[in-house]
Amino acid sequence: MNRTNKRKLVTFGRIITTGMTNFIRNASLAAAAIAVMVVTLTIVLFSLIANATFTNTIAQITNKIDISVYLKDSATKEQQQAFVKSIKKLPDVASVSFLSKDQALQSYIKDNAKNPQLLQAINATDNPLPATIKVKPRNLNQIGTIKNFLVLPANAALQTADSPSYNGDRKQAIDTITHATNVLRTIGIASVIIFTIICALIIFNTIQMAIFNRRDELTIMRLLGASTSYIRGPFVVESAIYGVLSAILSMVIINAAFIASSSALQATSLGLLDINFASDYFGQHFLQLLGLQLLVGILIGIASSTIATRRYLKFKTK
Amino acid sequence: MVMILLDRVSKTYNRSMGPSLDRISLHVEPKEFVIVVGQSGAGKTTLLRLLTREERPSSGKIIIGGIDYDKLKDKDIPLLRRKIGVVFQDFKLLPNKNVFENVAFALEIVGIGSREIKHTVPKVLDIVNLKGKEKRMPHELSGGERQRVAIARAIVRQPRILIADEPTGNLDPKHAWDVIKVLEKINRYGTTVLLTTHNADVVNKLKRRVVTLEHGKVASDRANANYEVTEDAK
Repeated sequence: MNRTNKRKLVTFGRIITTGMTNFIRNASLAAAAIAVMVVTLTIVLFSLIANATFTNTIAQITNKIDISVYLKDSATKEQQQAFVKSIKKLPDVASVSFLSKDQALQSYIKDNAKNPQLLQAINATDNPLPATIKVKPRNLNQIGTIKNFLVLPANAALQTADSPSYNGDRKQAIDTITHATNVLRTIGIASVIIFTIICALIIFNTIQMAIFNRRDELTIMRLLGASTSYIRGPFVVESAIYGVLSAILSMVIINAAFIASSSALQATSLGLLDINFASDYFGQHFLQLLGLQLLVGILIGIASSTIATRRYLKFKTK
Repeated sequence: MVMILLDRVSKTYNRSMGPSLDRISLHVEPKEFVIVVGQSGAGKTTLLRLLTREERPSSGKIIIGGIDYDKLKDKDIPLLRRKIGVVFQDFKLLPNKNVFENVAFALEIVGIGSREIKHTVPKVLDIVNLKGKEKRMPHELSGGERQRVAIARAIVRQPRILIADEPTGNLDPKHAWDVIKVLEKINRYGTTVLLTTHNADVVNKLKRRVVTLEHGKVASDRANANYEVTEDAK
């Protein structure tokens, strides 16, 4: 290793140790900064988990919804196939499946195997069930456009009187969840932004206070020819430590919240929030979430301490 | 080669107050020992602050040890300061570090390894006659001892120029002379020394080149000179 690189390495080591020493010395100053950063990162973490959970809930429900199109017995096979094809071509349709009259009957028998009365009603007469096209929409909001296509006079002529049928109740429930999710997402993003700003300002203040406490030392360092990064480095390290501690604390808090809600409350969901899924998600993505928290915490720390030291470290230019 | 070159350097802080330095020109050769004298307000401190690039001149050219200040970028100012040792009237020691640590500090900030620091610092403390006082804290030392710690810190990186701003200003005559003897010793080892003072005894005993500042101008510049500052100059 050449001389310059060795000096750089020694300097880097000193910056880290000085930063850690200063962190311990400034513990009382740091408490406020860490507290607000823990709150910020906990909100970030909660928002992430809630978002994933809501997305999952919506996807699960969406997956179950479909539109049933009942065809008149008078429709010919060619007409049926052409109709299926034309539905498949709609851009908002995720998938289409076709059940002939026989298949529809078998499916009905299977579904109602435990209900002999209903089965008897079917068996008593000649197969009354219509051939059925089941349509899955890509997105719940596009049910309307699919429906518009189905009720066109040419298409309606192929269908029975009660077709198309889709589960209106379910649609409404989904709409409610989607709406709530969108509202919560907005609140989540807004609070993440607001708390990040507050957090940055408080760290900014903390570092400025630390600079003020050590201003004589910094002046001497400057006069002796310490480089900007050597003076700034320890402050950046110090606030990066705030980030690391806060990230770990926020993970602990969320983890404790899951333990409390599952053991003490015996709850599986909190309002719209599916706690079981959220807890699983947290467990499965633990390392990614921890990494992200560390990244966000360290970035907030580095950014605000860099700005806090910038004005102080400027050389006179006039 | 010229160690310190000032060419018609002026510095005006506040236009209504007039210039603090008014077209000063000065040449200092390597290994020279130059004393700058003058009343308070004559411009001594301004001159030194320009040399350490704490201030920028309003006009004129400064070249020190081959470094042209006009071409010096902000990020290279630390590198310049590493080549100049500075001793301040108020010592500027770190109160919570002991003698050894204060001197070591100058080496730490430029990235010198601990082993080399342990090797170098005692040698320098020996030069300033502070052997055995490594563990003392600054408040346990006399003014003269503190100033010698400051000198040790200034020379530990072996600068080619040592600038001492009234280093004896706060000291009684005996301690003042201890400090001056150390400066002479350092000069004998080959370092250019620029000393400001208004201590007539020191100037007269040293018999060195004396530059007298009055109202921001060079009033006289003579070798082997005595202290001649007209007390009613201001």
